[in-house]
Order: sequence, then structure tokens, then C-alpha cells
Amino acid sequence: MSWLPDPWTLAAIAAMAVATLACRAGGYLVFRSITPSPLVRDVLAFIPGTLFMAYVAPALANGGPAHWAAAAVTAAAMIGTRSIPLALGAGIGAAWGLSLL
Amino acid sequence: MTSPVTFTRAGMLRGASIALPLSVGLIPFGLVVGVVAQAKGLNLFETVLMSATVFAGASQLVALESWSDPAPVLGAATAAFVVNLRMALMGPVLAPWLDRLRGWRLWGSLGLLVDHGFALSITEMRSGRNDAGFLMGVGVLLWVMWLLQTIAGHVLGAVARFPPGHPLYFGATAAFITLLVPMWRGRSDLLPWTVAAAVALAVNRALPGTAWHVVVGAVAGALVGVAQKRWKAAGEGAAR
Repeated sequence: MSWLPDPWTLAAIAAMAVATLACRAGGYLVFRSITPSPLVRDVLAFIPGTLFMAYVAPALANGGPAHWAAAAVTAAAMIGTRSIPLALGAGIGAAWGLSLL
Repeated sequence: MTSPVTFTRAGMLRGASIALPLSVGLIPFGLVVGVVAQAKGLNLFETVLMSATVFAGASQLVALESWSDPAPVLGAATAAFVVNLRMALMGPVLAPWLDRLRGWRLWGSLGLLVDHGFALSITEMRSGRNDAGFLMGVGVLLWVMWLLQTIAGHVLGAVARFPPGHPLYFGATAAFITLLVPMWRGRSDLLPWTVAAAVALAVNRALPGTAWHVVVGAVAGALVGVAQKRWKAAGEGAAR
């Protein structure tokens, strides 16, 4: 393994960085330059929850029953305690416990 | 009810302290990215450079899965763009805060924007707290932790093996679930959230290995939520 960076690797990393920054800043800069209609505003109000559901659902579907059970434990712990560390500990602990069965 | 938007050091510290336990839950995710980078032949400097400038784990993982020699410049950029397109939806939602920022505060907040900072900031915003430093505080803390985690993964890569299905992989999903719970606003969220999940599953099945399901699912669910809201408003108008 060399410590010298490879030029193609550097180019690929730079291209990824530019593409990602375009996503991070682009949506906001476009939005700022227009006057959003009430419809767009209403859609954006729903985006946070639906975005994370769209993220989590396929990840869980690919994870199988043990992950579904652990997800239920995570959600129940979060609803009950509203504490991120407690809920994460309970959820990952449950996934671990179930994988030992 | 809502206070004016500020940007203070106290807000940044509050964001960082709330993000700290979350970053512990993300340790497995960072380790995996470092392990995969090592396995694909990136040296430690290249791995750190990628984590520092891209700072988006899912896209790094997707790009690295199809890494080759010479490195696939166009493929990696496309993967980053498609996986991170969801971030274009986050900036506009955070506009009440971002609109009040200029210079390094604005560009720092945008450049360090990640899912978790977005989610925590929305919850913060909805509870009436309006210190925009919160978002950047979360971003800075998660960025530092992300570098440490991927470095650790790269170093461990040669010795440790995390087979697929290892329970540690559940850490990233669990982190997203803890972010989702405080976003629940009541029964009117049930239908849009269900539609978002169902559409995401269908798109993920149709286009495996991509991230279109996140953007398409999110927008589909949100549109259904808006339709439901207007339908209800029209019904109430007619009843009166």
C-alpha cells in the first residue's frame, strides 16, 4: 500500500465532493431565488418525516425479521424515553441479542 | 410564539451535545466505510480526504462498492449525486434558519448538512427554539466523529471482519428510527408516511443499488399528505 495519493482516486474523490456540495447547497439556492407557492411550502412541511420513512423502510425490508423486531424495540424505547442514547442502546442490544438466538 | 432566529456559540454547543450520543450509534457505519475503503485499495490519506470532503456515508459506501482501478471518476460522481439528491430537499425546509445566515455561517451550515443535523434541527425548530447555530454544531461534531470513525475502520480493516448481517450494521438504521420518532406530528402523518414507505420499497425493488427510492418515496408521501390536508380543508369548508 502506497502513501502517495493516486491521481485518478483524487479526481474521483473531488468529483464526489463537488456532486455532493451541489446537492447540499443547490436545493436551497434554487429555492431562495424563487418565491415558493403555497403548494411547495405544504409539500416541504411533509418532507422531513416522509424522507426518513423512505430511507428506513427498504433498509428494514432488507434486514429481515430480527431487524424488524429490533426496530420495534428502538421505536418503543424512543417513544417511551425520548432519549436517543437509551433508544439506540436498546435497539442495537436487541439486534445483538436476536442474532445470538 | 416563535423567537427571532439567532446564531450563537451556545446553540452550536447544544447541537453538538445532542449529536454526541447519536454519533456513537453511527460508529458501526463509519467503521464499515473505512473497512470497505481499505479493502478497495484506498490508502489512509485518500480515505480521510473522501470522508472530509464528501461527508455522506451512504454515498461513500455506494461509490466504494463499485470502485475500480483506475478510480471511476464519472461513476463515483454519479453515485454521490443520486444518493445525496435527497439533501437538495433539506435546504428549503431549513430556509427559516438559513435565510438569516450569511458568509461562513451559511456555507458552513450547508456544507456540513447531513440527515441527522437536518432531522434534529427540524425537531428543534418545531419546538420553537430558533438558534441556527444548532445545525452547524451538529454538523461540526458529526464531521469530526466521522473522520475518527472512518480512520478507525481503515486501520481495523486489515484485521477485523464484519460479515454481512452483523448486528452492528443495525446501528445506522436504529439511528434513523430515533430521528423519526420526534417528527411524528399526529394521525395526519400516518397516510403520507405509509405511502412514502410503500413507494420507497417499490422503487428500491425496481432500481436496486441506487438511491432513487429515497427521493421518490419522500416526494410521493409528501404529495399525498398535501392532498389529504386540502381534502380535509375542503370538507370542513363545505360543512360550514
